[in-house]
Formats: sequence, C-alpha cells, structure tokens
Amino acid sequence: MNTFAAQFREQSLRLTRDLRHRLLIQNALGKYETQRDHRKAAFQDWQSARQAAAEIKWEAINHLDVHLQDFVSRIEARGTVVHWASTAAQARDIIIGIVRDSKARSIIKSKAMTSEEIHLNEALEEAGFEVVESDLGEFIVQLRKEAPYHIVFPAMHLTRGDISELFTRELGSAPTQNPEDLTMIARRVLRQKYINADVGLTGANFPIAETGMISITENEGNARLTAALPKVMISLLGIEKVLPRLEDLALFLPLLATAGTGQPLTCYNSLYGGPRRADESDGPEEFHVVLLDNHRTELLADAEQRDALHCIRCGACLNVCPIFRNVGGHTYGTTYSGPIGSVITPHLRGLQDWKHLSYSSSLCGASTETCPVKINLHHHLLQNRRNASRQKPSRIEKFAFRTYAAIVNRPGLYHLVKKAGRVLQKLHPLVRGTRADPAYGWTKTRDLPPIARQTFKEYWKDRNIK
Amino acid sequence: MSEKDQILARVREALTSPAPHPGDAHTNPQPASALPPSNNSRQWLPAVGETFQDRLELFQKNAASLKADFYLVERWEEASGVLGKLRDQEGWQCVGAHKGDLTDAACAALGLPVCRTDHPYDVAALESCDAGITECDALVAQTGSVLVTSRSAGGRALSVLPPHHVVLARREQLLPDLLAAFELLKRKYSDNYPSFISFITGPSRTGDIERVLVLGAHGPKKLSIICF
Repeated sequence: MNTFAAQFREQSLRLTRDLRHRLLIQNALGKYETQRDHRKAAFQDWQSARQAAAEIKWEAINHLDVHLQDFVSRIEARGTVVHWASTAAQARDIIIGIVRDSKARSIIKSKAMTSEEIHLNEALEEAGFEVVESDLGEFIVQLRKEAPYHIVFPAMHLTRGDISELFTRELGSAPTQNPEDLTMIARRVLRQKYINADVGLTGANFPIAETGMISITENEGNARLTAALPKVMISLLGIEKVLPRLEDLALFLPLLATAGTGQPLTCYNSLYGGPRRADESDGPEEFHVVLLDNHRTELLADAEQRDALHCIRCGACLNVCPIFRNVGGHTYGTTYSGPIGSVITPHLRGLQDWKHLSYSSSLCGASTETCPVKINLHHHLLQNRRNASRQKPSRIEKFAFRTYAAIVNRPGLYHLVKKAGRVLQKLHPLVRGTRADPAYGWTKTRDLPPIARQTFKEYWKDRNIK
Repeated sequence: MSEKDQILARVREALTSPAPHPGDAHTNPQPASALPPSNNSRQWLPAVGETFQDRLELFQKNAASLKADFYLVERWEEASGVLGKLRDQEGWQCVGAHKGDLTDAACAALGLPVCRTDHPYDVAALESCDAGITECDALVAQTGSVLVTSRSAGGRALSVLPPHHVVLARREQLLPDLLAAFELLKRKYSDNYPSFISFITGPSRTGDIERVLVLGAHGPKKLSIICF
C-alpha cells in the first residue's frame, strides 16, 4: 500500500470513531439538506434544469478551444492581461511575477480552490509576501494552518468554541460563544487588510465566452471587496470553467446556489469584464486572468470521463456521500475531496498513487443522483478501478482468479473443495478474528456466513430419488 | 510555440475522440450538439407569476426571506421620508452616494455630508460612511435581487463597503427573472459593457461557523430597497 492510501486508511479509521466529529458533520449537513430540498422544490422542474445544464456544459467542454478563444479575445479587448499556465509551477511563477512587478507587499485573497490546487499561498509566502484569506471559513483554516475541510464550507469541522479559542490565541480577541461576535471580529481584522492590500486575488466560477467576463459567486462580499479596492486584481481559473453565453448564467447561478448551499441565489453574483475603465471611479488599474491547465487536458482526452470537467464545484456530491460524511474532508489528503475528488485526483496527481480513492465509495450512486450537471460520478469510480488494475494488475488477484477458474471448471474438483470448505469452516472459530485467520481481511469487521450443509445439487439429487 | 498555443493544441488533440452525450453514457456518442435555447430554462426555474402585481409581491416575499428591507411607496416624498427615518434611527453622520437623479434628490433630502464616488475618492472616507446610497439597473422578482453595475451604482465599492446599502428604484425597473435581467444588460450595454456587474441578493451573509446565519460578513449588514 502506498503512503497516501495508508494515510487515508489510518485517518478514516480514526475519524469514523470520532463521535464529536460525526455530530458536527451531521449537524452542518442536516441543515444543508433541509434548505436544499426546500429550494429544489421551488424549481418548476429540477430534473430538466439539470439536463439542460449538462447539455450546456457538454457543448462548452466539447468545443472548449472555441469558447476559450472567444473568452480570451473579448476580455483582452477590454485591457485585461491573460496568462496561460500549463503547470502549477508556471501558474505560481506568473502570479509571483505580477505581484513583484506591481511592487506589492500584501495580498488579499478571496476563495479559490484552484489556488489550493497549485499551493499558491505557500509559494507567495516563501517569496516574501503576506497573503490573507478573506472568506471567513478560509480565514479560519488559514489561521489554523490547515487545508479547507470542504470546497464550499472550509471550516465545517470546527465548533464555535474552537474558533473562539483560535481567535483569542491568534488575534487576541475576547472569548465568545456567539457566531455573530466571532464573525464581527474577523470582519474588523479583515477590513484593514482590504484597505492596505496592494493585490487582490480571486478565483472564478464561470468565465463567459460570449461577453468576455468572469462570474464570481459568493455570500460574504469578500470577493467584491477584493475586486474593488486593491490596485491590481488577479483571477486564477481552470480552463474548463467557461460557459458559452451570458444567459446561461440565468440557469447556472440558481443551480449552483441551490446545490451548493440551499439558497435561491447566493448573496453576490458579480461579473468582471476588465480593469477600471476611464469613466469609472474605482476598481483595479490592472486586471490579470491566469488560465490553468494542470492536467485538465489529460482528463479532457479521456472521452469516457470527460464529463468530470463539467463540475461547477458546488460540493453537493460531498454532502450526500456516505463516505465523506463518515471520514470527513481532510482524510482524503487532496484539494478536491468527496466523490468528485476521488474521480479527478487520479487524473491530476497519478492513477496508481490515488486509486485507493476509487474504492472509498459504496457505489450507492447518491452523488450521481445529486450532481446538478449530471456527472456520472460512481461509474467513473468504477472506470478508475478498471484502469488502475489494467495498468498495473495485482499478482495476488490474478493468482486468486486463475485458481478459482481452475476449480470451477472441473466439477469433481469443485465438489471436493466445497466438502473440504465445510469441514475446515468448523475449525474456523479457533482462529476467527486473529492474524492466523486466512480470511482475516474479511472477518475482522464482517461475518463469514456458514457454508450450507447441503448444496443445491445434493438437494436436487436427494429429491429425485424420493 | 507559446504556452497558449500549446494548451489549445492539447485541447484540440484531446477533443478528437467524441464524448458520450449527457444522459446517454451507454449509447453511442452523438455528433456535435446544438446548445439548447437559453430561454428554455424559463419553464424549469422557479415560477414568477403572470402579472406585474404578482411579481411585485414575489419580490416583496423574496426580500423578506433574504432579510432585506423593502419599502414600497407611492410617491417620491414618501421615499425621502423613509430615508429621513433611517437616518434618524441609525444616527447617520455621513453617507456615500453617486451622481444620479434619485441619489441627488436623496442626498438633498438627507442634508448630511456626502462622500461621492463618481470620481476617484478616499477609501477610508467611504469606509467611515454610515450608508451607501445607490440607484440600480433593475430589480429581479424571481430571486429578490438588485442588479447594479459600476455605471448605475457609483462604481464597485459604494454598494459593498458601507454597513448599510440603500437602493433607490422605480417600479418600472422590476423585471420578472434573471433571463430578463441578462437581456436588459445586453440591450443597454452590449457595445460598451461596464467593468463590473453584480446581482445583489440580500445583505452580506455567512454560515461558516456551525452553519449559523450571520448578516454582515464583509459587506453591508443591512440592505434597504426603496421602490416608488
């Protein structure tokens, strides 16, 4: 077992037993489910809306070159500088270069999973810049020097008590058990950061090909401040996010809000089409868009799983996944966790290292059922299993199946083995649950049903004689 | 070859094998699909009602559930009365505003020092304002949203930096749904888009601490919409 798989297994074992953790997750996701169901019911036809979204994304992804070029030429025409990065390292270098050129010292950041993907904060800090996350949940996990727990709810694993303790320790604030007071502490600290920041860094939810704009979805107003106050704005986005038409947002914005947080629409849905114009009074003087590939084109080349690039990062598949709900977000050890993370991480970071995630699934299909853009998630997990074993077959499995085939192809031998099994199973209690048990991998957590005293064949034979 | 050309070449190479169409993963891949017409979504998204009155009521209902304050008044005099009441209740000392028919009239009625954001301004001064008063491009009944742009609402910061955002709107600005709002944006700006467009749906909020709703995370704690 590789180290990633070993770590996954060790943490899963620990967290599934952690009752406090389970309670927190059940509480947060229970609230989410109630709200989501309420908002879904407000749609006239949720299923048709999903199908339409899947079709629009299909078109966007399957003609990605055309839509990307449209997006870029239109946003460039308004004075935006567009950069292309094939790898995470290139994206980091481009962004550090922009920050250096603008003689900036401090950077304010709104939530961007792509920046987690390329480990941007660490790189910027190493280069000597101060980076502050402004989304409340991200700010909290940044203070704890942790990765986000969930792509939409980064601090879902913490109680108000944990956060109060953290703020007292890191910010010197008075302890409080009131979420509103805690939010206001963060608001006060971050206000000053916005005003002093030289560079604002954001992600994007939907670049629009037709008009050359990026759409950013948020609730707190932190992305809006990030895009309004600093004199340089940088947006980092994956190449797969583009939507063809402006009107597509009329469908995607409510869909994302409903699936993501159970809201009819998030508080702020903003479109940015360039830097401050001559007739405008505020906004950045420079606007840079960094387009990131980082193995996305490899996933694109896999026609069977191409629809994984339809993902709008709503987090709905995490919320309904029985595995995620038991092992939690950090256990995955990946930027994108839950079912979508288990599907795409092997493509982004290596199939053999991350194939264990394909087995962290009960194949219940809840994620496929809930996905607002109809990604065939649980089938892709099966395909990853198949691809992994095709690429690097397991010798033990090969041996086991060869032996099995040899036995079942010989009726006499098969009969003998069955008889032997019945006898040997009587001895099983002597070793059951111990390392000496040949079926230990199975029996340590499960029962082995007794082999029937009579096989069907024997029963049939007896019956005919009578 | 530039990085751009390399990425685009990889994209084109990848797309030479066709992908199954959504919903038929187990059938044969289909050739290129046309986009479904965008106004199709109207029949699936939340319904908005037939008449203007229905939509006004829907906006009112949505605003209430978003915890925004919606004041529907008959005449401008009443609107300025609402403003005066907000000023007195919250003890406003200074407000931010931009140039416009409604905002100018509002500032005159309030009689307070005004930080104007039509021209480059001091961010700290705007930050210390008690309210930001703006006009808007439209109100959206379907979602209870206010549509603003850097051109209609005094730039990017005025509607997000002060703790209370007051929107002045006319009844005829009420649109049924998001599709109509995007159509309006195209009609109004397509030859020259402003650099910033936003749908504001209630006051700033967060649920990042135990999923408990808190208003005023980074943006305004209060959103008042005065419609006459």
